[in-house]
Amino acid sequence: MKKIYQRPTITKINEGMPSKFGNRATLKAITKIDGIDVHEIINKYGSPVFVVSEKTIREKYKQAYSAFSTRYPKVQFAWSYKTNYNDAVCRIFHQQGSWAEVVSGFEYQKAINNSVAGNNIIFNGPSKSDEDLVLAINNRSLIHIDHFDELYQIIELTKTLSERPQVAIRMNMDTGVYPQWDRFGFNYDNGEAWTAINRIMMNEKMDLRGLHAHIGTYMMTPEPYKVAAFKIATLANKIKQKWQHSISYIDVGGGFASQNTLKGAYLPGTDTTPSFDQYAQAITDAILSADFDPQNMPFLFLETGRALIDDAGYLLGSVLANKRLADGRRATILDVGVNILFTSFWYEHEVYPTKETGFQTEDTILYGPLCMNIDVVRQSIKFPLLKKGDNFVIKRVGAYNMTQWMQFITLRPKIVLIDTNGEMHVIRNNETLDVFKDSEIIPEHLR
Amino acid sequence: MKIIKDLAISESGFVFNPLTGESFSVNEIGVSIINYLKKEENLQQILMSLHEEFDVETNELEKDFNDFVNMLKYHNLILD
Repeated sequence: MKKIYQRPTITKINEGMPSKFGNRATLKAITKIDGIDVHEIINKYGSPVFVVSEKTIREKYKQAYSAFSTRYPKVQFAWSYKTNYNDAVCRIFHQQGSWAEVVSGFEYQKAINNSVAGNNIIFNGPSKSDEDLVLAINNRSLIHIDHFDELYQIIELTKTLSERPQVAIRMNMDTGVYPQWDRFGFNYDNGEAWTAINRIMMNEKMDLRGLHAHIGTYMMTPEPYKVAAFKIATLANKIKQKWQHSISYIDVGGGFASQNTLKGAYLPGTDTTPSFDQYAQAITDAILSADFDPQNMPFLFLETGRALIDDAGYLLGSVLANKRLADGRRATILDVGVNILFTSFWYEHEVYPTKETGFQTEDTILYGPLCMNIDVVRQSIKFPLLKKGDNFVIKRVGAYNMTQWMQFITLRPKIVLIDTNGEMHVIRNNETLDVFKDSEIIPEHLR
Repeated sequence: MKIIKDLAISESGFVFNPLTGESFSVNEIGVSIINYLKKEENLQQILMSLHEEFDVETNELEKDFNDFVNMLKYHNLILD
């Protein structure tokens, strides 16, 4: 009987101190997602294909909600549409009890189409047209004002509208994070936010409902949230003192990290990312210790996106080719590139084989299929000896990829949802040439 | 094409180049290939032997074999 074949490899042994932090060199295969064989998914829906696990979304949401609601009595999550605004995904979050957090008129319309009540939509972002604002005001949505121009835009609109705008201000502040995010909202520390609040309170035609701060993204420590929550609570009490007005909610935004590993990180994200409990402890500690009337505590709003959806997303693909670079490194070309895996610009994504591959690995660079130098999925990974046609699974791709992906050189693939009964559903079709035929217009003289 | 003189290789795949002091690790089929090269067998003969020994298609074996030989050259373990 012939021996099992694995392609020949040679690895230079380099001298150096052994590291106790070394990860295991072999990768355990991912053969199934929610009980369904990954090869069955690829055979049915093609390669590449995104897969979303409904079970994981619901479990993650319950974990997060439980972490906060067991520490604070009034908690409301609002699903961050920009993180993944596929309608099926949004509706799962809404079924779980999430409101919608949107940052454009387009996202606002999606939320309405997903049957979210107008007063359960938080409208964030620096870009809101008159048309967007009129709709949001008439629907009594919570408008988070980003800058003075928007504040005066709303004041102007109140002159012609009968409905009172329900507003909050977004703030940026020093929470000890470097670099400090100061692009969005009014600055807390230099008094700009206080000026905006006073301007709103002086207006008799709008209601200040909340205070919002979104201090950063991929926050690897919960402490800055504690600082932010404390500062917001302090400001809320200052409003109460001066205007005898109680705000109804404090919104600490999003920014919780998922377990992906950021490029340049020394340790994997699975070892370093704070848990929901750690974030919840920091935030609720600060609010509970603030000087609020116990009978009239504000709601705590959370706009968590990435940490709720990343784990639920998988990207399945195939190896297109192997080649050897001039410096001796192995290069593997995948049918998944930065065009559909946008997050590979900042994560060291975990890529797994779909069948057991033995102990041999090679230091490999993973390229996407684009004829572009930037199309690198992993700059360096200890990768098993996959050959042309073999499949792989990339984990934790649920956040941002299905919204930030771009149609570039190739067409975008299907998204498949595995429901809680293990049934598969196409929740977004792959693009076809017809998409372009339908939207491009050829002038008469070029026909 | 000749493998360098006195290249040491163990059954487990540890390779030592006495000319440079460098060491390498190769897998099972890599051990077979280096041992065939040490016996100065011609490349076609080596490919046939490997094909008899391992469960692999001819084209795949040839592609991987050429890549491996190129890596031996890259590490200066083969002299042209």
